[in-house]
Amino acid sequence: MQFMLLFSRQGKLRLQKWYLPLSDKERKKISRDLVQTILARKPKMCSFLEWRDLKIVYKRYASLYFCCAVEDQDNELITLEIIHRYVELLDKYFGSVCELDIIFNFEKAYFILDEFLLGGEAQETSKKNVLKAIEQADLLQEEAEAPRSVLEEIGLT
Amino acid sequence: MSDVVEKTLTALPSLLSFDSQPGAAKLSSTSKLASLIRGITELTSKHEEEKLIQQELVAIKDQVSSPNTSMRQMKELMVRAIYCEMLGYEASFCYIHAIKLAQQGTALDKRVGYLAVALFLHESHELLLLLVNTVLKDLQSTNLIEVCMALTIVSQLFPKDMIPAILPLVEEKLTHPKEIIRRKAVLALYKFYLIAPNQVQHIHNKFRKALCDKDPGVMTASLHIYLQMIKENPEGYKDLTGSFVTILKQVVGGKLPMDYNYHSVPSPWLQIQLLRILSLLGKDDQSSSEIMYEVLDESLRRAEMNHNITYAILYECVKCIYTIHPKDELLEKAAKCIGNFILSPKINLKYIGLKALTYVVQQDPKLALQHQMTIIECLDHPDLIIKRETLELLFRITNGKNVTVIVEKLLDFLRTSKDDYTTIDLMGKVAEVAEKYAPDNKWFIATMNTVFSLGGDLMQPDIPNNFLKLISEGFDDGEQDRMLRLFAVDSYVSLLQGEPEKLPQRFLQVISWVLGEYSHLREDLEPATVVRLLAHVLDLKQASSETKSWVLLAMTKLCEGEAAMSVLQGVSETYSSSMDTVLRQRAQELQNLHLNPELWARVLPRDAFTEPLEVDSSLSFLDGYVSEALAAGAAPYKSPHQRQEELAQAKAVSMEPYGLSLPISMSLSSLDGRQSPTLLSMSSGLSGDSTDHSHKAGTTTLKLDKVKRVWGREGYLAQRESAVVEVPSPVHSADQIEEVGISQDPTPPPVADQEKQQLASSLFVGLGSQTSSSLMGKSEPKHQRLRKKAKDPVSSSEISKQTSNSIFPPPISVDNLLCNSNMDPKKSLPSCTQMTESSQGSAAANGTCAAEGEFTEGDVQGPEPSLFRDNRLTIAGSCETEEPVGMKDLCLTSYLPADCIGANHSEFTPLCSSHGVHLSACHVHKDDTLVLLVFISNSSNSDVHQFIVQVDSGDVEVSCLSESPVEELRCHHVEVCQYSLTAKRPSVHLEVSGLVSFNMPDRTPQTTHFSYKLPLPSFIRPLELSTEEYGTMWLAFSHDTKQNLTLVADVQDSLRATLDVLERKLHLHVVAIIGMEGIVACRLLPDQPCLMHCRVHGGTLAVWLRSPVPDLPDCLLYHCQRALQEV
Repeated sequence: MQFMLLFSRQGKLRLQKWYLPLSDKERKKISRDLVQTILARKPKMCSFLEWRDLKIVYKRYASLYFCCAVEDQDNELITLEIIHRYVELLDKYFGSVCELDIIFNFEKAYFILDEFLLGGEAQETSKKNVLKAIEQADLLQEEAEAPRSVLEEIGLT
Repeated sequence: MSDVVEKTLTALPSLLSFDSQPGAAKLSSTSKLASLIRGITELTSKHEEEKLIQQELVAIKDQVSSPNTSMRQMKELMVRAIYCEMLGYEASFCYIHAIKLAQQGTALDKRVGYLAVALFLHESHELLLLLVNTVLKDLQSTNLIEVCMALTIVSQLFPKDMIPAILPLVEEKLTHPKEIIRRKAVLALYKFYLIAPNQVQHIHNKFRKALCDKDPGVMTASLHIYLQMIKENPEGYKDLTGSFVTILKQVVGGKLPMDYNYHSVPSPWLQIQLLRILSLLGKDDQSSSEIMYEVLDESLRRAEMNHNITYAILYECVKCIYTIHPKDELLEKAAKCIGNFILSPKINLKYIGLKALTYVVQQDPKLALQHQMTIIECLDHPDLIIKRETLELLFRITNGKNVTVIVEKLLDFLRTSKDDYTTIDLMGKVAEVAEKYAPDNKWFIATMNTVFSLGGDLMQPDIPNNFLKLISEGFDDGEQDRMLRLFAVDSYVSLLQGEPEKLPQRFLQVISWVLGEYSHLREDLEPATVVRLLAHVLDLKQASSETKSWVLLAMTKLCEGEAAMSVLQGVSETYSSSMDTVLRQRAQELQNLHLNPELWARVLPRDAFTEPLEVDSSLSFLDGYVSEALAAGAAPYKSPHQRQEELAQAKAVSMEPYGLSLPISMSLSSLDGRQSPTLLSMSSGLSGDSTDHSHKAGTTTLKLDKVKRVWGREGYLAQRESAVVEVPSPVHSADQIEEVGISQDPTPPPVADQEKQQLASSLFVGLGSQTSSSLMGKSEPKHQRLRKKAKDPVSSSEISKQTSNSIFPPPISVDNLLCNSNMDPKKSLPSCTQMTESSQGSAAANGTCAAEGEFTEGDVQGPEPSLFRDNRLTIAGSCETEEPVGMKDLCLTSYLPADCIGANHSEFTPLCSSHGVHLSACHVHKDDTLVLLVFISNSSNSDVHQFIVQVDSGDVEVSCLSESPVEELRCHHVEVCQYSLTAKRPSVHLEVSGLVSFNMPDRTPQTTHFSYKLPLPSFIRPLELSTEEYGTMWLAFSHDTKQNLTLVADVQDSLRATLDVLERKLHLHVVAIIGMEGIVACRLLPDQPCLMHCRVHGGTLAVWLRSPVPDLPDCLLYHCQRALQEV
């Protein structure tokens, strides 16, 4: 996968993850272009797009669009399912996720994404394992927040 | 599906104000981020947002730079900064603080710090260097979460140069007890493999361990690496085919934990990954493919559920089945699958179906026939992507009969396309099929006119170039050529008379060239008319200076007749004072040539293309000039590469002005080599280089008068069986489509629309009946070429005689074998004679293939069981079982030259043999060079004549040592050629390739190729130095690499023992051993030093190599690893 974008129906970017090295300017241009193109598409249209030499796979969930760029020879259908699995993960984590959860806790959404996809490749496809990893890290956070002192070296072995 | 999250949020502000709403419950209303977000949502204009964010950024900036900000606050600030960046506002002042947070924060702050780094920076950002130490520290942390974070960032972005610093730590994690760590480590190594493959070469064995990991997650992760490695070198991993099949069987059979199920399909991601790997392994390999058939069948059978995910798997299966060696039963099932996809009412599946069909149609054009009505419908689909994919499909099935219809469809799409990328792509395709299948001249010119007008200046330059080449070279039939040119001239004249200002520049250039060259063909056309038309183009406002210079050149060719002259006079006067030097030059040429008609006729002869032009690409006519210049004291020419190298060396040396960079004898020899004043070599070096440039520049620059000469004679021949033949096509009606076996969704019964039927019959004409060769333009360009080109310099009968022997395994010495084992799969070729026989056999069978001079490995290896993949075994086996070779070994020893007898020579390796002439080789290590000995023996009963052996290499400097070249080889005689080799540039293996040609007694010429691989250590010699010299040189060298190596175990002084091994195997020189450290030096022939510093550290040997030569440390390190692994 080359990059992933989440944006709202109003065209506001909610999350962006780039797996290929691009300058800031290029990133902005690409996301602006794609947001425009995708928002202009009708609901019954194909979920795939050709864009430069990449394939864009997108899907709308409620008010949010999830959009991934893959290479031309990649399997578009499985990319759709990657999006879906990510949505499932978010849903499970936030408990019935909505756009607001992602807006206000976007760093959590990133953590989940990083646990699921690493460097653009599916890292762990078991829902249970991904969430376990996130919970362990969160646990650390809560414990840390309680005493607020000896934070270092909480070995979780 | 979206019901999972179907919880629409309608009014954001209202939700925010009522905390009782479920979504808002989780928001901490006090957080500053929340108030920022809330603030933004309340705004009404973009301008207000900008103002607010700028304020916010100022506040953040203040706080991050304040010393009183705690890490905890910093974390919160980072989150806000990320948010601002996401909205499109730059917060680059935060980058350094993000790194600081990752470095200094506690575990939970770090998490945000790392996240911010990953989001803010890209792979080549300079600040990333500051992260290396943090990562290093965290990788060693006892806290699992910290290790995870470090591995995560490493697999996302890490500076390439710093990989060696953390590689040992990441490698270590492959054996970590926790699977999550192992998994992340595997992915980190995958990332390293992508950006710096040679750095992880030595861990290939550990990847195998990861593949066998008991945790499915780790195993899945390792497949990413395998997919990549197999993509690059499928031959090297054939032995794993069985394992991958077994894994897939288990997955399909539901043997994995339930956690990995996705909508009750067992681990679809894993399945797809495995299918991809299998298709790479089974491609052109029957025996590997046979192992897969069963599991593929099973996968097809299991994937029955009506869900997207099963379709994804099916699609991958279909692709795999069509990629590997075909099996009818599976192909049938796969074809049925594609049919289901195409006929599905779901648009995504339809698209996938079209994509699959496009993929397979080259092998099975009939499949397109079955679905012709659906394809026609897709052509008019409202969704562009469906249309686009359909056109792609049509492009693949283009043939001489349907080309007009298909090109029309492609052009229709081009007219509406707004996307540059698509336009460029389609234009190339139209030009390709138009050239290949044009039914007649008129159509061809008209089509190309449309392409040029639509393509505008986006067009790739090769389209007009090819077009002009085609027009100028024509084909065999003079009359046809004339007609084509005449058509072109006619159509261009009328275009220029119309609205030339609407034509794109490239088109104008093409037009002016053709008119300049061929307008005389139309006798009723006055040159003056053409000149006036061209002059009009010159006056166009939008004409670029490049176009103008094409026009001026065309005018120069038209200096005939009074009327034309007067126009030209005016033009040349205008432009001879142009500011543009090129235009001024053209104008001067024009002026002078038209004053001197004799010169004009000689410089620009008409129809110059009818005779092939010899191009002296070596520029030997300049040799005299060069030698004069050299004699007059000019500095000899150095190639850019050479200059750069010297510059690098000079830089390295300059750090220590008085230091001895090399022992004196060596630096002398290096001077010798570089300044060698022999004129001949100098000038030829010069010539070679400058032609390269001219070739490169030829495509773009304005060497207009030369253009025609640079082009070769290879060209296309339009098909002369012109005129579309309306073959009554096998039109399939609706009921037939259903009969094909579509289960789910019957298509809306097509009202047998007359128009569509007609379109179908013209589109799919000739698909079923013809042989495949003319059907698939794209897949077999070679075929096409050979068929069309009657003037091909090598006749096919000659080609088939040419035997080509590809590389033979050199079973030289132990270390050599080692190196081969993993590196080159080609080594496992069958033994010498077998090989020759089989290659000759196949050469005779399909002479056209042999035109390439090499056989695809699949051809040659066909009968070899794929089990013999362990290279070491095969090589040894092939030498021992092959008795004649063994015998020859003994005999050959007696032919060793006198000065090589005492020296250490490698084993004799058969190179190739042909018609009783056998070539073998060995190499001999000498102090200052590596001698390659090529033994040529004639075992036939007759003499061979005009014997020529040429040895050449890109990696190695070859010079012949034999006084007189072998010219004749009497029967049962052996001749020896000696070559001295030194390395031009380091590489893990250096390859020498050669060519033997000779005449058989019956005068038939024979040519055979061979190649010989030498491992780097053959070129390594000890470098004797004092410790002081070593110290000076160490500082001066700029290229280095670091790595941990395994120590020789179970001995008392393991450092000494390890260095002894290296000294023995790689001919290094141990300068000194001081305590736990050792310094070692060597040189790469002729004189490139490389220094090594070793330290025993925690049970491993930390080595650090330095050299002035790029890549030398890496390559040498590779051999050190291999040498030590073998112990």
